[in-house]
Amino acid sequence: MQVHVDQDRCCGSGMCVLTAGAVFDQRDADGIVVLLAEHPAKQDWDDVREAESSCPSQAITVEEDQAAG
Amino acid sequence: MATAAHPSTPLTVPAARGTCPFDPPPAYEQARGDQGLTRVRLWDGSSCWMVTRHADIRSVLRDRVFSADSSRAGFPFLSPGRRALTTDRPSFIRMDDPEHARLRRMLTADFMIRKVASMHEGVRHLADELLERMAAAPDRTADLVAEFALPLPSMVICLLLGVPYSEHAFFQRCSSTMLRTDASPAEVTAAQREILDFLTALARERRSAPDDGIISRLAAAGELPDEEIASMGRLLLVAGHETTANMTSLSVLTLLRDPEQADRLREAARRDAAGDGDALDTAVEELLRYLTVVHSGTARVAVEDVMVGGTLVRAGEGVLCMLNAGNRDEDAFPDGGRLDLERPGARRHLAFGFGIHQCLGQPLARLELRVALPAVLDRLPDIRLAAPFESLRFRHEMGVYGLHELPVAW
Repeated sequence: MQVHVDQDRCCGSGMCVLTAGAVFDQRDADGIVVLLAEHPAKQDWDDVREAESSCPSQAITVEEDQAAG
Repeated sequence: MATAAHPSTPLTVPAARGTCPFDPPPAYEQARGDQGLTRVRLWDGSSCWMVTRHADIRSVLRDRVFSADSSRAGFPFLSPGRRALTTDRPSFIRMDDPEHARLRRMLTADFMIRKVASMHEGVRHLADELLERMAAAPDRTADLVAEFALPLPSMVICLLLGVPYSEHAFFQRCSSTMLRTDASPAEVTAAQREILDFLTALARERRSAPDDGIISRLAAAGELPDEEIASMGRLLLVAGHETTANMTSLSVLTLLRDPEQADRLREAARRDAAGDGDALDTAVEELLRYLTVVHSGTARVAVEDVMVGGTLVRAGEGVLCMLNAGNRDEDAFPDGGRLDLERPGARRHLAFGFGIHQCLGQPLARLELRVALPAVLDRLPDIRLAAPFESLRFRHEMGVYGLHELPVAW
């Protein structure tokens, strides 16, 4: 799994940090998303998918590995 | 739907609630089961689309084809007062990007999760103080709204903004008028002007006598005129105290009516105190979902033709997203009409809205509720309703739903 974040689209709601705190954080200066793990550990995948769908500004994109189906 | 309204007599919104004051209007829940979006009528005879399904609301509110700019033709207004409000210095919730993002980003650091988490002890201290004072009443009764639910978030947002809390009677009166859907255009514009003038003067004062509040910082940054700072301050002041205040009192009432769920909240609070906050997080999310105090419809206007839930919305047509209906959508929340403080996925609720305008203060609202609800049940273990349930006055006519008073005894 590969995760992309778009800091220009981010509105700083913090939903991703609540949902998958191991993978996302907020910048101190302005609360905008920071990606902690571009290739998150398998145990976080479900949370990352949830973070993608619940991001209010569509600033998170998840690319699933082909092999993983 | 057997009882669907005849096409020639469209539903007028906002619609009335049914017998249960915690449930959304039955007409919204019925519309959610129908095909496509629902054509509805507004107070001025104009029409717009009503959106009631969780997935459709998410897609509307995060699609940039839908504008939040109320100066665009076709933007749906819920009342004459709402229409009047947007002509005088609309805040950034009535703007689209990039203007919206530029202004919002001046505030995002103040409400980010880490920053808000650092306020935990301070908020708890305020809550304990308020409850201590309330509990000292010799007749062991009080109005929980006036003595606790309203002052707590009011004090917190005043501290953050650098607004003197001693002015609370003034700004609470103004914001209350602005939120009344039955107020006349003259009343709401006068109330808004009063609050803007007050905050403009405060911004000017903070330039020479700074404090560590948000208004002072914005004034010192010199990027915005005082009137713009006042407009942002008004948004934060009104949104910052009305929403949490009503969520708090409505949540307490809900728990008084449902002792089993109240026990679950107590258990969640015990686990939180022992270092595991997950259950309390979930409980607060579920109350936000179930009660959805921002109940009158989140308005947008389409700037291009777009399909939503099988309905073509044309450029220039308005939509109203009923967050309370979306939050009871069975497709998103199985058995959604039931309060379940252990509900998995409760956080998918729309109580804070969705899209780029999603509530900026949501981490603060969560913190305040996480502190306030356990504090009430802990300090007043025998708390009970001190008036018949049927006599309680619910805020049907207000943009933020809740209770005018909550008489309690202990």
